[in-house]
Amino acid sequence: MTLYDEGYARGAQQADGPLRPVGLDVAPGAATTHAVMSEQDLLTVRHAVRSATVEAGFALVDQTRIVTAASELARNAYVHGGGGSLTIEVLGHGARAGVRLIVRDNGPGIPDLEKALTDGWTTGAGLGHGLGGARRLMHEFDVDTVVGQGTTVTAIRWNNR
Amino acid sequence: MNAPRPSAVPILRLGDVLVTGLLNELDDTSALMFTDELTERIVADGARGVLIDVSRLDLIDSFVARTLTELATMARLLGARVIVAGMRPAVAITLVELGLQLRGVETALNAEQGMHALGWQQAPGSSRGDSYDALR
Ligand SMILES: Nc1ncnc2c1ncn2[C@@H]1O[C@H](COP(=O)(O)OP(=O)(O)O)[C@@H](O)[C@H]1O
Ligand SMILES: [Mg+2]
Repeated sequence: MTLYDEGYARGAQQADGPLRPVGLDVAPGAATTHAVMSEQDLLTVRHAVRSATVEAGFALVDQTRIVTAASELARNAYVHGGGGSLTIEVLGHGARAGVRLIVRDNGPGIPDLEKALTDGWTTGAGLGHGLGGARRLMHEFDVDTVVGQGTTVTAIRWNNR
Repeated sequence: MNAPRPSAVPILRLGDVLVTGLLNELDDTSALMFTDELTERIVADGARGVLIDVSRLDLIDSFVARTLTELATMARLLGARVIVAGMRPAVAITLVELGLQLRGVETALNAEQGMHALGWQQAPGSSRGDSYDALR
């Protein structure tokens, strides 16, 4: 597992916010990136995402939604994308807090995104509910995929809705 | 005998019912081992029912859902009835939003009700410390 600061991934919400003391990897607005290269990594990233949702003040059901979405996206990067990374970022604070997940891989990409988002559609042995399900579990969901180059999924859930 | 499975509690036998559970640290390899071991035990023990306690899972994603669905199907083909017991409310809500209903998998509110549904009766005179409570 790799764990490093990824300042460039910080969102606009943080850019003009007040300066915060530099802290550990749980500092508000800090992004942590985790490798998704093994079965063990799939378990590890779930713990990291859970911690971020707790830090952002999410209640239990929302925590579960976000960790489940992260688990689906990380598994896709591992299984379909041949491995990748998951970046976790806590956005804002208090009632306006949110969690952003960025899941990247350099795999084959998704030729037909509409189909891939359809429940029950799979090219593997899965249930085909991961991508569409993760989209339902999050408030903002964006897939950037290029065939032959890879896939980046960015998803946010806010705490105030 | 089989190597211990780090991600599942042991499989206990109570009469003709097998009692087991899942833990959060279920990776693909362990899930396959668990499925294999449970189906072997159903045959070896002539089990008519299987209780799978999921009360310790703080997450059921589509991978775990598939594992549970396949287990229930295989058990049914072997003549045993599977009940998945004790799903946490937050997990159930999320599972529905994922669009997964665990079709074909019977559920119970908790292990005790699941055991009751499987027809397991506490032996007369035994203490209140039901064996399956040891799994929690
Ligand atoms: N990161 C990815 N890279 C390549 N293909 C992907 C990726 N994520 C999803 N897909 C494609 O979209 C399909 C649907 O994904 P998903 O809904 O998670 O179902 P499942 O993973 O069970 O197949 C996959 O079968 C795969 O073909
Ligand atoms: Mg998937």
